[in-house]
Amino acid sequence: MVNIEMRNATLGYGRTIVLRDLSFQVRPGEMVGLIGPNGCGKSTIIRALSRIIPPHSGKILLDGQDVTKISRLELARLLGVVPQLPILPSAFTAFEIVLMGRNPHLGLFQYEGPKEMTIAWQAMEKTGTQSLAERRISELSGGEIQGLLIARVLAQETKAILLDEPTANLDIGRQIEILGLIKNLCRQDNLAVLAALHDLNLAVQYCDRLILINNGHIHAEGTPKEVITAENIAEVYGAENCVYTHPSNGLPCVLLNAGDGKVAKPNDILKEA
Amino acid sequence: MNITPPIHFLRWRSRIYGILGLLVLLAAVVILATAIGSVQIPFLTTSSILISKLPLVELTPTWAATMETIIFEIRLPRVILAGLVGAALAIAGATYQGLFRNPLADPYLIGVAQGAALGAVIGFLLPPSWHSVGFGIIPLLAFIGALVSTAVVYSLARVGKTLPVTTLILAGVALGALLASIVSYLIISSGEKIHGIMFWLMSSFSLSQWSEAVVVLPYVLLGVVIILLCARPLNVMQLDEEQAQQLGINVERLKLVLLAAATLITAAAVSFVGIIGFVGIIIPHAVRLIWGADHRFLLPLSVLTGAIFLILADLIARTALAPAEIPIGVITAICGAPFFLYLLRRRKKVIF
Repeated sequence: MVNIEMRNATLGYGRTIVLRDLSFQVRPGEMVGLIGPNGCGKSTIIRALSRIIPPHSGKILLDGQDVTKISRLELARLLGVVPQLPILPSAFTAFEIVLMGRNPHLGLFQYEGPKEMTIAWQAMEKTGTQSLAERRISELSGGEIQGLLIARVLAQETKAILLDEPTANLDIGRQIEILGLIKNLCRQDNLAVLAALHDLNLAVQYCDRLILINNGHIHAEGTPKEVITAENIAEVYGAENCVYTHPSNGLPCVLLNAGDGKVAKPNDILKEA
Repeated sequence: MNITPPIHFLRWRSRIYGILGLLVLLAAVVILATAIGSVQIPFLTTSSILISKLPLVELTPTWAATMETIIFEIRLPRVILAGLVGAALAIAGATYQGLFRNPLADPYLIGVAQGAALGAVIGFLLPPSWHSVGFGIIPLLAFIGALVSTAVVYSLARVGKTLPVTTLILAGVALGALLASIVSYLIISSGEKIHGIMFWLMSSFSLSQWSEAVVVLPYVLLGVVIILLCARPLNVMQLDEEQAQQLGINVERLKLVLLAAATLITAAAVSFVGIIGFVGIIIPHAVRLIWGADHRFLLPLSVLTGAIFLILADLIARTALAPAEIPIGVITAICGAPFFLYLLRRRKKVIF
C-alpha cells in the first residue's frame, strides 16, 4: 500500500512557476480527482509526482519517501502513469505496447517470459482490448489507444496510479467502463489513484474526493458535495447557476444552459437568414 | 474469453528462423566470397580449407599450398573486415534510428564521418616520416577525429543534465557541415596527394590485412554486445522519453551508453576503410520491413544482414571490373537502393 503526498510543493518549468505551495494526500484505496480549468497545472502535478520535473521547493512523497531519491526503476514499480494522448511508435503492435508495462519488473538481461505475457494478456482482457492485440498502433483509434494505455498501467502492477484525462477520447459507454474498472481496482487492491479529469460529472460520480485547482493553488478540496458547489464553479470556471442535484443518487451534477448567457438563440439566426 | 497469452503475436518463430537462416547465409556468403577472384577456387575446396582452420577439426590437405595462401592471406581478411564493417554500420544505424526515433538517422548523423574524414585528410597531408607509426597514421587520426567530433557535438548539445535529441541532431549537422568544408578546402590544396585522399574518402577494402581485422574486431564486438544488452530499454524508448522514464528507464544514461557504443563501432569501422554510405540507413529499414520493429530482433538481424550485404557488395566491387576496383560506396548504393525500393513498394505499411 502506498500513499501519495505533496507537502508545500511549488512546481513549474524553468523560472515559470505554475503551482505554489501545494499540499495534499491520496491514501491507499482512495480515488481522488484533480479538476480545474485548462492550463491550471493538472498535468504538471502528474509530471512532478512521476519525477519528470523536480519540485522548485517542498517535498513530494511516495509512502513517506522523497520521490527524487527513489530510482526510476523502483518508482516505476510503485507508481504507474497513464499519459494524455501520447505518441506511440506506429510500427509496434498493441500487445507489444502493453507488454512494455512489464519493463520495470525485468532485469537488464531478462526478456519477457510466459509470466509477463500472461499478466499483459489479462490486463488486455480487463480493459476489453484483447481483440486489438495483433493490430499495429497506426491502425487504432484514439479511444482504442486509451484502452491500451490503461491495460499497460494494469500490466505494470503498481501500488499507485496517476491518470491524465483517461477518458478524453472515450464515448460515454467506454468512460463508464474504464472509470468503473479503475475504481474497482482501487478498492480491491488498495491502490492510491489520482486522476486529472476534465469532465466534472464523471469526477463527481467516480471520485471519493476532489481537488479543485485554480490560479496556481488549491481552490477547494473535499468530497464531491463539498467541492462542486455553485459558488466554486462560478468562481473558477465563470459559469453561473449550473450545479444541480443528481436525481437518482443525490450527488451534485453540472448541467449547462446555453440560453442563460451570451449565445444567440437558433430562431434569431433563422430570422436573419 | 481466451486466457492463453498469444506468444505468436510477438512473431518470435519467424524472427528466430530469420536469425538462423541469416547465420547459414552468412557462412555461405563467406565461402562464396573467398572462392571467387582472379584465381577461381572450387567451392568444396574453399569450404574444406576454411573448415580445416576451425578449432578441433583435423583435415588432411588435398589442396595446393598456394590456394591456402590465397584464401587465408588475401581473401579471408578482406571478407572478415567487410563483414565486420557491414555489421558495425548496420547496428549503429539501427541504434541511432531508435535512439533519435528518426527514420532518417544514419551512423554519420552526429559528426562521425566528417570527423573521421578530417582526421584522415590531415594524416595524408603529414610528412611521410609520420606514416610509419603502427598501422599507419591515417586510420589512427581518422579514429581520433571521429571520436573527438562526436564528443564536441555531444558537449555542445547538452542542456544542463539532459541531452535533447533534436539539439544533438542539429549540433551534429552544423559541426558536420563545418568539418566537411574544412575537408574540402584541404583536398583542393592537397596537390598530388589528392588521389590518395579521394580513394580513402570513397572507401575500399582493397588493402585489407589480418592485422586490421584484428584491431577492428574487439571494438565492434564490445559495441555490439553493449547495444544488444540495451535492446529492451530501446524498445521502451520508442514511446517517448517521458513515458520511458515513467516505465523505469534512466533515459539520460541509456542515451549516453548507446551513443558511446554506436559511435565507437562506427569510428572503428570507418577508420580503416573510409566512409561507406547507405549500409547504416538502409539495412535497418530493410530488416524492419521484413521482421518488424522490435529491437531485440532488429539489432541482431541488422548485424547479420549488414555483414552479408557488405561482403557481397565488396565481392562485386573487386570482381565486376577486375582487375580494376569499383569504390564500395558506389556498389552499396547501386545494389541497395533498388532492393530497398522494391521492399518499400511490396510492403506498403508503416515501418517506423
